[in-house]
Amino acid sequence: MKKVYKIEVDCANCANKMEEAANRTPGVKHASVNFMTLKMSVEFDEGAVPAQVMPHVLANCKKVEDDCEIFF
Amino acid sequence: MKGFGMNKKQKRMLGRILLSAALIVILKLLPIEGALSFALFMVPYLVIGYDILIKAGKGVRNRQPFDENFLMAVATVGAIALGDYVEGVAVMLFYQIGELFQSYAVGKSRQNISELMDIRPDYANIEGENGELVQVDPDEVEVGSVIVVRPGEKVPIDGVIVEGEATLNTSALTGESVPRDAKAGDEVISGCVDMSGLLKIRTTREFGESTVSKILDLVENASSKKSSPENFITKFARVYTPAVCYGAVALAVVPPVVRMVMGYAPMFSEWILRALTFLVISCPCALVVSIPLSFFAGIGGASREGVLVKGSNYLETLSKTKVVVFDKTGTMTQGVFEVSGVHHAQIDEAKLLEYAALAESYSSHPISLSLQRAHGKPLDKARVSDVQEISGNGVLATVDGKRVAVGNGKLMEKVGAAYKPCGGVGTVVHVAIDGAYAGHILIADQLKPHATEAIAALRRAGVRKTVMLTGDMDRVAQKVAGELAIDEVYSELLPADKVAKVEALLEQKKPGEQLAFVGDGINDAPVLSRADIGIAMGALGSDAAIEAADVVLMDDDPLKIAKAIAISKKCLRIVYENIVFAIGVKAVCLLLGALGLAGMWAAIFADVGVMVIAVLNAIRALRVKNL
Repeated sequence: MKKVYKIEVDCANCANKMEEAANRTPGVKHASVNFMTLKMSVEFDEGAVPAQVMPHVLANCKKVEDDCEIFF
Repeated sequence: MKGFGMNKKQKRMLGRILLSAALIVILKLLPIEGALSFALFMVPYLVIGYDILIKAGKGVRNRQPFDENFLMAVATVGAIALGDYVEGVAVMLFYQIGELFQSYAVGKSRQNISELMDIRPDYANIEGENGELVQVDPDEVEVGSVIVVRPGEKVPIDGVIVEGEATLNTSALTGESVPRDAKAGDEVISGCVDMSGLLKIRTTREFGESTVSKILDLVENASSKKSSPENFITKFARVYTPAVCYGAVALAVVPPVVRMVMGYAPMFSEWILRALTFLVISCPCALVVSIPLSFFAGIGGASREGVLVKGSNYLETLSKTKVVVFDKTGTMTQGVFEVSGVHHAQIDEAKLLEYAALAESYSSHPISLSLQRAHGKPLDKARVSDVQEISGNGVLATVDGKRVAVGNGKLMEKVGAAYKPCGGVGTVVHVAIDGAYAGHILIADQLKPHATEAIAALRRAGVRKTVMLTGDMDRVAQKVAGELAIDEVYSELLPADKVAKVEALLEQKKPGEQLAFVGDGINDAPVLSRADIGIAMGALGSDAAIEAADVVLMDDDPLKIAKAIAISKKCLRIVYENIVFAIGVKAVCLLLGALGLAGMWAAIFADVGVMVIAVLNAIRALRVKNL
């Protein structure tokens, strides 16, 4: 399953870091962040529930870049 | 220009910058010294830099220490600790100015590009019970509903016109400014703007499946496929920042220790200052921001011209295209058959066409349609009687009391007319009137208006070899290839042969060269995906083409192929300019900083100045109109 979320982040390097953090989160198969459109598209592992995975994604992103937001 | 379009966050930052800049100037003029001076300078320092210090602290706590917040915090705290209050505060101030500019520039270009891509319809009109128009969310319109589009509005959903006629502007989709007329029965594509009349349209798709949604999806997701410069920068930043930090530590510690060992004064503060300069120079922002921005601007600019690129990696491949392989029909030729000549006419040519068109007027065969088009006037079918179709040969009909035979050579033999063979390439339609040969009409697939120019433009864009593949007869293929000056031509190919040919061509190309295949997206999906880069053209409304190709040309003008290559080259040139410029300036400044020849001010230029220049350069990729 693939979903696209709107995000808020200030710098391009931070967006890269968010992408890495999201990819490290269990339940995420592949995540990519588009800094220019401020969107994060997340492909979930089979059987993963996006509503359960996304809070972890956000927590991991907050760790690498405090000043970010994901709207889910 | 109210507030220059800044958002709240940016305005607050601007306020902090102005306040601390004013404080620095005032403090500089006051006759203060020592602890008082330190205490007073801490005020502008904290005003401008408190968030950076907090972020640096959090970074350390989360074990992600080597980011630019950390670099800035260490550099400025270090400078202040060494007594350089003004420099410490100024470095933080300029860093924040740079960040503000970056966020402003990126926000502006984001806005510019989304304005360019402003094809998303906000609403659809449906007729209410009393005939009044109700605006609804296009997402809620079911397939088969009738929507109303008024002049000046966008067509929100793909459909067929049931009532009304209008002139449609497709420029938002194709980059082509010539308007198109549409009337009842015509299919219309979402994203077109109605310029004149009221249209009632029966929708044939849901909004999410409509052309406009597909295009937006495609462009917005384009940068999820990253190009090699982008991957390079991500990797580079990952290695570079820690490397510079360790370098700075080494610079602060090693030379003084060596000096001590050799018996000189260690000069700790001098070397620490150099190390701090090192840190300020090192921020990778210029690269990290400007490279994705260049690609985004390039893709945005291209889509404005009707060239949709599915990812920045494809933009990169496109810029290295040296071999272009075409499909003939629908790519270089119109795929529509037109009368290209009337030969050996024994009667007036127009008269001959009229007889042929009349005799064929009851048929809907493409040949008959092209005869009618060439005739160009309305046909009075009452003049035609006793129509007899002879399958595979042609038509016999009585026109104005004369027995007219229209068809191939076999039909001529049948009616006993002595026909003359045709030297031209195409389908030959012979005409006999009352058993006497009257001449023949040559019908051929026509070259697209810009086909010849397009091949020449490709050469100028650096394409080394052009190849044409076709399932058509060799004679037709050779003639088209000759007219267009195409290098190689392979004819009478089955669809599977085309894949094999492309594979053979892929093996022949030199290393580093890329091969593009251009097709109309019908029947050539396997070839489109086999080539290094697949370009589908005339894709308006064709899902298959949009899915299979890497680059989609919205209209069917072959000149756009060269344009797409030119756009990609400009974008990649900007990307490499920025990489070389940013890394070059930083390397020089790092060296000068280590040698003590570049102070804090040079360091600020190397950080903020380089980033500003790189971002401005990146935005140039958006301007592709005149390429």
